[in-house]
Amino acid sequence: MTPTRQSPTRDERQRLILAHPLLFRSGNRQLIKLAAWLAPALIAFCFGFYWLDISWGRVWLGLGRLGEFVSLMLPPTYGDTNAPFDFWRSLSDTTKLWIYLQSLAETLAIAFLGTFIAAVCAIPIGFLAAKNVMANTILHFLTRRFLDTVRTVDTLVWALIWINVVGLGPFAGILAIATSNFGLFGKLYSEAIETADTKPVEGILSTGGSHLHTVRFGLLPQILPIIVSQILYQFESNTRSATIIGIVGAGGIGQHLYEQIKILEWQHVSFLVLLVLAAVMMIDFISVRVRFAIIGIKQGSVAP
Amino acid sequence: MSLARFVQSLPAQQADLLVRTYGAAIAAKRRSMILAVVVLVLCLMTAGVVGEVRPGKLISDFPKFFDYIGRLFYLDSGKLVFSDPYEWFWGVTQKPKWLKLLLETILIAYLGTLIGFVGGFALSFVAARNMGRSPWLAALAKRFLEICRTVPELVFALIFVVAFGLGPLPGVIALAIHTTGALGKLFTEVVENIDMKPVEGLQATGASWVQTARFGAVPQVLSSFASYSLLRFEINVREASIMGFVGAGGIGDELLISIRKFYYSDVSAILILLIVTVMLIDFGTEQVRHRLTASEQPR
Repeated sequence: MTPTRQSPTRDERQRLILAHPLLFRSGNRQLIKLAAWLAPALIAFCFGFYWLDISWGRVWLGLGRLGEFVSLMLPPTYGDTNAPFDFWRSLSDTTKLWIYLQSLAETLAIAFLGTFIAAVCAIPIGFLAAKNVMANTILHFLTRRFLDTVRTVDTLVWALIWINVVGLGPFAGILAIATSNFGLFGKLYSEAIETADTKPVEGILSTGGSHLHTVRFGLLPQILPIIVSQILYQFESNTRSATIIGIVGAGGIGQHLYEQIKILEWQHVSFLVLLVLAAVMMIDFISVRVRFAIIGIKQGSVAP
Repeated sequence: MSLARFVQSLPAQQADLLVRTYGAAIAAKRRSMILAVVVLVLCLMTAGVVGEVRPGKLISDFPKFFDYIGRLFYLDSGKLVFSDPYEWFWGVTQKPKWLKLLLETILIAYLGTLIGFVGGFALSFVAARNMGRSPWLAALAKRFLEICRTVPELVFALIFVVAFGLGPLPGVIALAIHTTGALGKLFTEVVENIDMKPVEGLQATGASWVQTARFGAVPQVLSSFASYSLLRFEINVREASIMGFVGAGGIGDELLISIRKFYYSDVSAILILLIVTVMLIDFGTEQVRHRLTASEQPR
């Protein structure tokens, strides 16, 4: 029986080297290239470590304390957590539960209305910021920069500003989410309009359609699916923003979360975090369904 | 019916059928449209009641919003900020040292992104359907990533500030966890869409799992991973700028103080520093991403 040959003969090897020089090149050059990318990244990392005054001692100490908190978080509850802790007795104390659920509803309302207002108000500016609609370069540039500025200022900062205008409460939160999303939607709309195919528009013009017709039958069918899926994605993301907006007093579940962490009521904290998780996952589930119903494509949401 | 005009050439019976079917289809579409609008309006009204919307208050107080924005551009002395830029950006040279805090903000974002990149990188290969070895482990990794990105970073930061103490460290860790979740999800999708032939080829030679991932999958995914991470870095700079609101380092602390104490010109100065920084980073990362995608093309 002839043994199976496991490696090429010397002649074969020579032939292979000649035929594929790149594959047989020593790995050094690639290694150097990798190092050239990696070294600055690592140096910056170490610099950050030093500059931010992070020490391993603090990290370990903190992790230990974090582990302690996690053990104190169990089991999550909304009721009385006093000394002889009885889980079932604490569950029967539902006064806080209703307050939490109400503020969760408030959170969802903030996210929903904020997204809706932004989505509607951004339509005109989306057209203004699109290069193919707005021929004036300077105006186009200014609109874009304006949208960037609005978008870069964080929702929490907008919330603080709106609190000065309409007072504390969820309404300020709605307006804050609407404002920061206005910048984002304006940008997303304009990009969708810019990348739209011009052929359907030309086709409609050739059959004698008016300008409005080209927008309704040429442009809208192309950009609507993109816009709807972005709005739905943003709705989910806004639910997350709306949960923290209460930290500055703009309504929603965030203010309870903030209070409970401050008074170290860890079991309530974990309950609230679970509520947030459940709410966001529910919104995600619903938005996938709605997207499917409107566009007919079932895809994972893609970050803009 | 207007459609009838266009189908005149058909025999009457067929044309009639066509018109009726078309009419029925349109009516069905219209009905579902009306239903959707009704549901939307009901949702909006419920949300309006729960969210304590007061349009009257908004309309009557709306000038206050522009008033506030306008006041951002006046110094304490009552002069326009542009008349005395040195006074406007006084904090750059003096005590709060805005530039130093800005650097701190960027570094928090950088460390958070890099740690999150490593976490997301490692977990994505476990969570990907085609690369993961056990479906149980993959499902577990996916749930873990989901929790990491669903809990807002500020909530993590609040908890970590209590555990690690005030300063940038809790901010870095909070961002790192959220980034792990966000990047991990995107990375998993990238890994699930790779060409499996190189992987199978390596498996046929008896390569270990790590070797398969290293030589079969990583070369295919590296450029999209880098592109997503650069995008994430920009988002994280924005996030890091508000970490200071809860005491987790960066320039957010100064921003919150100036808003709360109505130091209008300071608010606008810090915001402008932040906006310029984010735009520069946006521009820089876009250049790098274009080069990354360009280097992909020839192959």
